[in-house]
Amino acid sequence: MNPLSVVVRTICDVFAWFMGIYGIYIIIHGHLTPGGGFQGGAVVATMAAFLLVSHGGKKLLSFAKPGFYSGIETAGLLIFITTGFLGLSATFFYNFLAGRGGLFGAVVPIGPNSGILNSAGTISVMNMAVGLEVIGGLSLILIYMFKGIRLFDDQTGGSETGHDR
Amino acid sequence: MKKKVLFLIAILVVAGVFWGALSRVHPFGEKARAPMDDYYLENAQQERSVNNVVTAIVFDYRGFDTLGEAAVLFTAVCSVLALFRKGSEGK
Amino acid sequence: MGMYAILFERNLIKIAIGITLLEASANLFLIVLGYRTGGSIPVFTLAGEVRSMVLPTPQALTLTAIVIGLATSALLLSLIMLLYRHYGTLDVREIRRLRG
Repeated sequence: MNPLSVVVRTICDVFAWFMGIYGIYIIIHGHLTPGGGFQGGAVVATMAAFLLVSHGGKKLLSFAKPGFYSGIETAGLLIFITTGFLGLSATFFYNFLAGRGGLFGAVVPIGPNSGILNSAGTISVMNMAVGLEVIGGLSLILIYMFKGIRLFDDQTGGSETGHDR
Repeated sequence: MKKKVLFLIAILVVAGVFWGALSRVHPFGEKARAPMDDYYLENAQQERSVNNVVTAIVFDYRGFDTLGEAAVLFTAVCSVLALFRKGSEGK
Repeated sequence: MGMYAILFERNLIKIAIGITLLEASANLFLIVLGYRTGGSIPVFTLAGEVRSMVLPTPQALTLTAIVIGLATSALLLSLIMLLYRHYGTLDVREIRRLRG
């Protein structure tokens, strides 16, 4: 199997970081424009796929350790559950930060308007927590699937195929 | 070869029955009676101070479903990790 | 078309593509159900003049359904990889005959 040509590998190398910034923009502006936590997390996870195509598998496995992404994923899920428990005075998942000033608390005028970034209460915090979890989870799936293929090649004793060099 | 053609005709007949039944329930595009969604559209901006009604429904009015979905994602990642372990197959 | 791919194909990867196609069409059907004539998206940012909006509830529930379908297809592809390593072939009828 031939490795992909130099043009594809150079473009993937340049555009991987652009995907990272675009995904973080979609996650943070989740309460103003369509998007939010899950969609932005899936866009950032394609950054790992681009880096895998452009640099080859052996270099990626020495650069990105699975423990780092696993830590990001568990941190995101723990922040999500803690934010739910903090508003336990009224109900579970009560929005106790909206419309009261302070962190994420500005009041939004009624009717169509241009968005205010500081506005929604716990919705913004939960957006970012879910975004972190999806980034960690999907990147971990990609890395382990690639490790599984290399396991199979080492068993049959073949030489390195694909994009490795 | 004959079994394939028979299965194909059966699938087309079932699809036609579904289409005919669903298009007679409610005319497409008219104002369906949905009192819960009207409440969401009118009061979400005043109570929760957020501009995006879909995000308010997913994270605030129905936040419990999002908790269940995050758990499903976590479980799927854990089981994929458990399938690709080396050293436990072959003595 | 998804059902034809699931029932009649012999290669395992084509069956997986058929399952993904069927699940995507089900999600699309769920979103189309909440439509009002001449409505705009249910977001208030930079909207011109608001006349009527499309129902937002099916969109919120389809989000969850898409993520669950993704988890299903990821597990399906991992199992196909393990099957290929164990049996050496990807044909469905061969795998049915070789019983361990």
